[in-house]
Amino acid sequence: MFGKLSLSAVPYHNPITMGAVVGSILLAVLILALITYFRKWTSLWKEWLTSLDHKRIGIMYIVLALVMLLRGFSDAIMMRAQQALAAGMSHGYLPPDHFNQIFSAHGTIMIIFVAMPFLVGLMNIVIPPQIGARDVAFPFLNSVSLWLTAAGALLVMVSLGVGEFSKAGWSGYAPLTELQYSPGTGVDYWIWALQIAGVGSLMTSINFLVTILKMRAPGMTLMRMPIFVWTALATTLLMLLSFPVLTAALALVTLDRYLGMHFFSNTLGGNMMMYANLFWMWGHPEVYIVILPAFGVFSEVVATFSGKRLFGYTSMVYATAAIMILSFAVWVHHFFTMGAGPDVNTFFGITTMIIAVPTGVKIFNWLFTMYQGRIRFTTPMYWTLGFITTFAVGGMTGVLLAAPAADYVLHNSLFLIAHFHNMLIPGALFGYFAGYSYWFPKAIGFPLNEKWGKRAFWCWLIGFYLAFMPLYVLGFMGMPRRMAHYANTAWQPYLIIAAGGAAVILVGILCQIVQLIVSIRERHETRDLTGDPWNGRTLEWAMSSPPAVYNFVKTPVVHDIDAFTDMKEKGIAYQKPDRYHDIHMPRNTGAGFVNGVLAFVFGFAMIWYIWWLAILCALGMLAGVVARASDDDTDYIVPAAEVERIENCRHMELASVAMNRPAGGRATQNILPQE
Amino acid sequence: MTADTSTIDAVAAGEFEHPDPIANQAFGFWLYIMSDLVLFAAIFATYAVLAHNYAGGPTGKDLFYLPYAFGETMLLLFSSTTYGLAMLATHKAKRGVAMTWLTVTFLLGLGFVSMEIHEFHHLILNGNGPERSGFLSAFFTLVGTHGTHVAFGLIWMAVMMGQLITKGLTPPVQSRLIRLGIFWHFLDIVWVGVFTVVYLMGVM
Amino acid sequence: MNQTVIDSAGASRGSFKSYASGFILSIVLTAMAFLLVMQGWGLPRWAVLSGILGAAVVQILVHLHYFLHLDTSSEVHWNVVALVFTVLIIILFVGGTLWIMSSLNYRMM
Repeated sequence: MFGKLSLSAVPYHNPITMGAVVGSILLAVLILALITYFRKWTSLWKEWLTSLDHKRIGIMYIVLALVMLLRGFSDAIMMRAQQALAAGMSHGYLPPDHFNQIFSAHGTIMIIFVAMPFLVGLMNIVIPPQIGARDVAFPFLNSVSLWLTAAGALLVMVSLGVGEFSKAGWSGYAPLTELQYSPGTGVDYWIWALQIAGVGSLMTSINFLVTILKMRAPGMTLMRMPIFVWTALATTLLMLLSFPVLTAALALVTLDRYLGMHFFSNTLGGNMMMYANLFWMWGHPEVYIVILPAFGVFSEVVATFSGKRLFGYTSMVYATAAIMILSFAVWVHHFFTMGAGPDVNTFFGITTMIIAVPTGVKIFNWLFTMYQGRIRFTTPMYWTLGFITTFAVGGMTGVLLAAPAADYVLHNSLFLIAHFHNMLIPGALFGYFAGYSYWFPKAIGFPLNEKWGKRAFWCWLIGFYLAFMPLYVLGFMGMPRRMAHYANTAWQPYLIIAAGGAAVILVGILCQIVQLIVSIRERHETRDLTGDPWNGRTLEWAMSSPPAVYNFVKTPVVHDIDAFTDMKEKGIAYQKPDRYHDIHMPRNTGAGFVNGVLAFVFGFAMIWYIWWLAILCALGMLAGVVARASDDDTDYIVPAAEVERIENCRHMELASVAMNRPAGGRATQNILPQE
Repeated sequence: MTADTSTIDAVAAGEFEHPDPIANQAFGFWLYIMSDLVLFAAIFATYAVLAHNYAGGPTGKDLFYLPYAFGETMLLLFSSTTYGLAMLATHKAKRGVAMTWLTVTFLLGLGFVSMEIHEFHHLILNGNGPERSGFLSAFFTLVGTHGTHVAFGLIWMAVMMGQLITKGLTPPVQSRLIRLGIFWHFLDIVWVGVFTVVYLMGVM
Repeated sequence: MNQTVIDSAGASRGSFKSYASGFILSIVLTAMAFLLVMQGWGLPRWAVLSGILGAAVVQILVHLHYFLHLDTSSEVHWNVVALVFTVLIIILFVGGTLWIMSSLNYRMM
């Protein structure tokens, strides 16, 4: 009736795990209680869970990412603590079994459930307004994508208390992931979480590709798009063409485990190396998917806070395109040591070195943008400066690893771990944090506290160096990755420093939590009344903060790069339209949320072999698709009178700001409506 | 400058306030098909790698019967053509004719899937199921993934025939039929790859 | 019956002629390929292989043009661009896989 599921699936005997489980449950209960106490259930359902508004969906994605960041970081703290302790005779506090689940969960969560939702969330909030559109091409698909991603995240979280997680790393190599060598539910949790979230990502890519290619405002040619839109275009193209390979790889592992097939088994004609080939064919584009939007954020932030147009727009576009195309041609560098011949390894070593060049072009463009600009050192700019310096170091270690001969010595050592964290943290994560600080006022209506933002930045930057520079040294000293315990006590001092670094980062995260609390508390004083708190250059800053549900009352006409700066300079930035029209918007629906719930239960049922439940959920999802595909009445109208009311409020706020500030100030330029 | 003036006129005319949803849906679906092609490519690549991993078991030469594969190919090819005829009928607003051709297409597709199920059943009964060898795992998965896509296409087609009856040839129904057509034609394209690489090369 | 119909969406542009031509060409190409393998006619292996692969590529192009109405016109421009890029990536992935796996198999198996 319940497949393999029984009460023994809960890890009662493991105090650390049970502590985490109880803690998580208490936290969840607390949140549910708070929602009940403040009577927010109706509003939660009507305005958030059923929303098809890209701005709300974007916010929910980022909330998911931040929550999962806390979980993934807890895994990191545990690992650093274990490795700081477990030298020589001491075995630390984590048995290897548990340690293996932790590093597997850490990687899976950070890449799939922090980085991906964060970048998709930023794209959701920013892309439609940056191109002058009201919404994405397929708002319902957007909601479906969000809830599928959440379903995957929930599966990973549930694995903590019911069953176990995979011990085979986030990359899940064969034949370790075959049923014979991983007989428990761990690998199955990993498979279904990735597979379900992967479908969500694929749908997102289709959505944004059509949005960017087909829904730009008149006059916005491709070469007038903001660079963040260009990086989103490249990212979504990477997603579209690489995620199917992950789908295939995971499906084949699933067939091996569930139906006894022989794709990657070590007997009866399986080819274990083929798994690594397929996984990294997806895996390499995936890391560029994760970094390109961050590069896009930096381009926006650098231009805005240098008060200048971005230097070298055309070369930025070509560099982005070059990175995108090349990222399909480097994947073997993840398995130089698997044994391919020198011809194969050399080819991919060369392509890997070449791909560093366009990134270098970008860095020079950012530097030249800052040169002779009037730089404002805001929190987003801090994250950007921290990125430029630190990421360059990590990039160079990448070029070092690109030489197959060097990689033979350093593959799967801590040098590698240090390299890719050097890319992911100062690169991707700092980019997302910069975007989070930069666009928070637009999405929410008031800014994040600068003081706590800068404190968080310094903790993250110093903590990062403390946590990962010792790992480079350890890599050279020969320490492999994923070790729960080690005999060579000479390594321990470095690991203690690294643990210290993790502690500093923890302080940074606490600063970010405090920042949120303080910002919310002082929101009435700091409210963004103009919609343009930074003197922005792109169209999203033309909207109010938070924007009206329809974004723009009238589709803007674009004449140049940095369309909003262009409008401000011509004095046409805040014009009232002559007439107001009805605006069609997509109606809210719970179908996306329900589909996500069904996907979660389906995944859970497949993991525990509860076949009847899996079939039921699959049929339910199919029925939902058919029902939606038969529904022709999915829009509602914002009447012209309501639009007029909203716009009048906006212009009153703009006027109030103009009256309270001295004339001629930069922030008040062109605020007064042009009659 | 002329381009800017014409776009301003277009905005005034409300063109950009109502982007063409049907064109966007068709293009979005095209992009999904592109991703599906990559999915099949990954499975094809896997088949190529495992194609000779017989593990002491049967080879393609032992198992494949080309006239049978030719029959399946004809069913699918005919069904692609009849779908096209159904689409021509929808352009002329001939609902009844469209319904007829869609039904023929459905039956041809059902015939294809039935033949495949029969072939699989036969192989499994003889102990040559997908768990026998890497080659057979790859065979069942490549051909089976394609067959599963066809089956989903049939479900979609049945839903569309239902919508034709209940809603008639409205623009949303037309738009869905366009997308189903893209799906159906690409299934035939992938099948060209399958019969060439699996069946024809398999018996050589 | 022979008129080409283009609707506002630009997404369906068929005619009876195009479906009929596509159908006939596909039958011929399919029959050719099957006969090549089933009869052989004493041809060397590489010739048969080139023949069936060539026939497959041509038939796919036939389907793309006659059934999916792809050509060089501006209405289908983005569809063609997307398809060409996807095919490029597929060649990279499949070709790369064959090269890599054959190298690995030779040295490691």
